[in-house]
Amino acid sequence: MSLTATDIERIAHLARIRVTPDEVVQVQAKLDGIFKLIDEMQAVNTQGVQPMSHGLDMVLRLRDDVATAANERDKFQKNAPQSAEGYFLVPKVIE
Amino acid sequence: MSWNTFATVAETKKALDAKQVSATELATHYLDRAHALQPALNAYITLDREKTLAEAKIADNKLAKGDAAPLLGVPIAHKDIYLIDGWKTTCGSKMLENFIAPYTSTVVKNMADAGMVTLGKLNMDEFAMGSSNETSHFGSVKNPWDLTRVPGGSSGGSAASVAAGLAPASTGTDTGGSIRQPAMFCNLTGLKPTYGVCSRYGIIAFASSLDQAGPFARTAEDCALLLTAMAGFDPNDSTSLDRPKENYSRDLAKPLGGLRIGLPKEFFGEGVAPGIAKAVDEALAVYRKLGATTVEVSLPNVKYSVPAYYVVAPAEASSNLSRFDGVRYGHRAAEYTDLMDMYKRSRAEGFGAEVKRRILIGTYVLSHGYYDAYYLQAQKLRRLIAHDFKKAYEVCDVVMGPTAPEGAFQFGSKSDDPVKMYLNDIFTICANLTGQPAMSHPCGIDKDTGQFVGMHVIGNYLDEARMLNVAHQYQLATDWHTRHPVL
Repeated sequence: MSLTATDIERIAHLARIRVTPDEVVQVQAKLDGIFKLIDEMQAVNTQGVQPMSHGLDMVLRLRDDVATAANERDKFQKNAPQSAEGYFLVPKVIE
Repeated sequence: MSWNTFATVAETKKALDAKQVSATELATHYLDRAHALQPALNAYITLDREKTLAEAKIADNKLAKGDAAPLLGVPIAHKDIYLIDGWKTTCGSKMLENFIAPYTSTVVKNMADAGMVTLGKLNMDEFAMGSSNETSHFGSVKNPWDLTRVPGGSSGGSAASVAAGLAPASTGTDTGGSIRQPAMFCNLTGLKPTYGVCSRYGIIAFASSLDQAGPFARTAEDCALLLTAMAGFDPNDSTSLDRPKENYSRDLAKPLGGLRIGLPKEFFGEGVAPGIAKAVDEALAVYRKLGATTVEVSLPNVKYSVPAYYVVAPAEASSNLSRFDGVRYGHRAAEYTDLMDMYKRSRAEGFGAEVKRRILIGTYVLSHGYYDAYYLQAQKLRRLIAHDFKKAYEVCDVVMGPTAPEGAFQFGSKSDDPVKMYLNDIFTICANLTGQPAMSHPCGIDKDTGQFVGMHVIGNYLDEARMLNVAHQYQLATDWHTRHPVL
């Protein structure tokens, strides 16, 4: 499988990463090599095999529906690039 | 005070208990050495003398009162992927260059509860994506044995700091070999426990179904002490195993008579450097002398580990790293036109090339129409690989082979070719895909290159105590692990 420049631009958009036209060419070459490696696994017939996401086939625990974490908004917002009055600030999205 | 900077954790604890040294003296010693060697090795990202000495002082007060915390006063350095309240935590990325952790990861808390004193935060590949430490935003870590060579990755600072005597022990994380491969490259013992044994809470996520925390130390005996402190059920990690605490040192003294070592032919074939194969053979001869028997086993699907991993890990990474949007924390671009442009520029500027590559791969394999062919196929291969191991354990207790197909390599020799870099993890990745415990211990030198060789010991689920016993008995009979670099 070979990725086209359009493919790269599409997935970069989905991933919300800006790529310049120069970068598209570089990324395309590297990703081609990586997908050649990945595509080796297509040779295996896995029909009827159960997918595995956990070695011990554990299922997620449920917990009681009670609040546990304290409100530490101010502490957490100290890492925000821009915040005011308890809000995270972003560029205007509604005209 | 004169202190052997290469003392083990066990020796350090003994000296503290005998009042031959104080926690403050130890902390000061390692901080001074870390500062002195920082220009040469670049092992640390953050050192904070005030914080470290405050912890040491508390430890000294507790020691004076006879507090019995098992590792009280012993210093440890943490990979900069572990959140520690009030410490800068960068994950080796420009994205988190100024991020101050607002809470402490469970593993670090467990080690602090055991009395350990935090020395600082260690350099690493950006977001733990790399096998050479060349992707760190803060510059690569140098291998203390040969400054022209890589220390391995992604936990390169964790390995270099212990090897160079900048810390008696360190923590790392292992998603595809990031503890075991650097342990081999720097002649240390490193262990990745069974998935779920150590809590992932407060460890910056890379690939959530593969990430595991583990220790680096000079000996298996130390790794047992450290793992006993690190491990344990944590309700804050949804995949933490709910089981009683273990004492991982309990079986160290057991003789190896009757141990069955499985040797997968897939780990001894083409691609393994001849000098490495020879060192591993010699180490296996030692194991046989200690009473173990060896049996050939086969893991026919293990050759698909690397392809499956480069679907699963990037897929999970692309999802995990979507949280870095320049809004709540992390880098935000200075200039942008609108919200979408802000996301795109912030992420383009904040992430390095390898991280972006993996996000793009992950985004692609999870995108509409490709899920079955990639992610689902890879998850099925995990099952087949796990099944291969299950069959192997019918005839053996542990599986062994070389940790990596070649030893520490020169800077720049693989950094232009991601596939070449990825293939260095060809033997370690399978244990992450299956969730089994695996470790690397020093077992010799590749005589052709002069580089260290690690014995990769893979165990059945939750069999860490036995694996540590195996490595400890080997270390009682050999002295590879006692070698230190001259710096």
